[in-house]
Amino acid sequence: MTGWLTAPLAHAIVARALVELTLLGVVSGGLGCWIVLSGMSYSAESLAHGMLPGLVGAALLGVPLLLGGAVGLLVAALSIALVARVPRIGSDAAVSVVITGLLGLGVLLGLSPRTPTGLAEILFGDVLGVSDTDIVLAAALGAVTVGVLAVLHPSLLAAGFDRASAPALGRSPARLDVVLAVLLAGATLVAVQALGNLLVVAMLVGPAATARLLTRRMARMMLAATLVAFLASVIGLWLSYDASVAAGASVTAAIVVLFGLALLLRAVRELRQRA
Amino acid sequence: MHDPGVSGRLLVEADDLAATYPGSAVPAVASATFSVRGGERVAVLGPNGGGKSTLFRALTGELALSSGRLELPGGRVALVPQGDRSRLDFPVSAFDVALMGAISRMPWWRRPGRADRELAREALARVGLEDLAQRTFGDLSGGQRQRVLVARALVQDAPLLVLDEPFAGLDVPSAERLAVLLEELAAEGRGLLMATHDIEQARAWDLVLCLNRVQIAFGPPRTTLTAQVVERTYGSEIVALPGAGELGIVRAHARHEGDR
Repeated sequence: MTGWLTAPLAHAIVARALVELTLLGVVSGGLGCWIVLSGMSYSAESLAHGMLPGLVGAALLGVPLLLGGAVGLLVAALSIALVARVPRIGSDAAVSVVITGLLGLGVLLGLSPRTPTGLAEILFGDVLGVSDTDIVLAAALGAVTVGVLAVLHPSLLAAGFDRASAPALGRSPARLDVVLAVLLAGATLVAVQALGNLLVVAMLVGPAATARLLTRRMARMMLAATLVAFLASVIGLWLSYDASVAAGASVTAAIVVLFGLALLLRAVRELRQRA
Repeated sequence: MHDPGVSGRLLVEADDLAATYPGSAVPAVASATFSVRGGERVAVLGPNGGGKSTLFRALTGELALSSGRLELPGGRVALVPQGDRSRLDFPVSAFDVALMGAISRMPWWRRPGRADRELAREALARVGLEDLAQRTFGDLSGGQRQRVLVARALVQDAPLLVLDEPFAGLDVPSAERLAVLLEELAAEGRGLLMATHDIEQARAWDLVLCLNRVQIAFGPPRTTLTAQVVERTYGSEIVALPGAGELGIVRAHARHEGDR
């Protein structure tokens, strides 16, 4: 009866993909909640797209994607900071201009005949092709992220709840923002290998946004987000196995469907409360 | 909460204090010379932009002095912000918020422990909210939220509480309840500094500190709140209410602290 459930796991690539996605799901469950609550979702999406030229450049030069992605992130962050300084241009406009420019540049480079890895793989990831190194990296990222978030939890909670009076409690919201941004950059870099440049944000933001609809306490929200990420990974991978559709896209689709279900569930709950 | 402070103990001594925001040439508050002792309730009066919040930021250490001297022999100062300035959509309970006060006493890598949770429970009981400890903060009424923030300040274990217009937006029963609570805290030996727009309320407190970018006056309300002082404190916002024989204040709703 459970054959259909375990059958895909007999394939090493599916099992490895599930391990990788579970590790990323833990990161998403913890970090994603802070990203969603501190309104950094747009930054998360921008960072992921902005690093595309770096990834394609790395593929062209034959250096590790991780290195290319890191350089890409740095260039994107510096460009945004520079353009935002132009008078009469707000930071949101600066982000839009820089990120679309970088995304375009990445696609232009990626379509050059010299690019060895296909552009599709960089854009959409290859979760069924993760290497041992990818899994080790994801595990290390998960450990560091969970550790930092656990230690800083009381400070993040106080600053997120009441930014203006956090300094009176001896905590600097700006410094905590930097910590979150660094963790986000790290998570994006590692997750992009598996989920691709366009889909990585779904995993970082989607489960937390779903959990936000269902929970009203931070710890429960993080737990729920981790569970949503895991559930979406299983559904997506199995869908991909059975229907032979792209794995990364299936996982993303599962996250979106779970978000829709959460919306529905909340609407029903609110209707009941009113009745 | 172990040692709320001894009545009469000196908690704050400011001498010609001035504080200036970064990038600004003029101080937002200057020539502030006053002191607060344990058990004293000090009402801080002034127009919007008069320097009340700036003074509070200097007291909590958030803003450095640009000149003058500030002594805090009582040690810590706890800030009670306006309840609706915090995020009401944040996934925290009243208990979570009260517990946040504990982090001011510890380095960034430490987490609140069992003793701190006990303190948070005691503080919520102290403000009469033990039954609502697990309620989501955003679901509480304005008065209850304000009392949770007082509980957070109590968990900070500071002998001096600085309250930013705690009565703003409260209905009459909530305001009365909060007033009683503040009286009790002062009776325990804590010092209270409260920003307010309500001159009548200030008359009932022990001391008044009038600010309009500089200190206008400081002393007991009976002798300090003369028509001349009130006029200099509020400047053009003052009106004489016909027939009342008293001076009233027209609040400039559209303006905010820091506006020029």
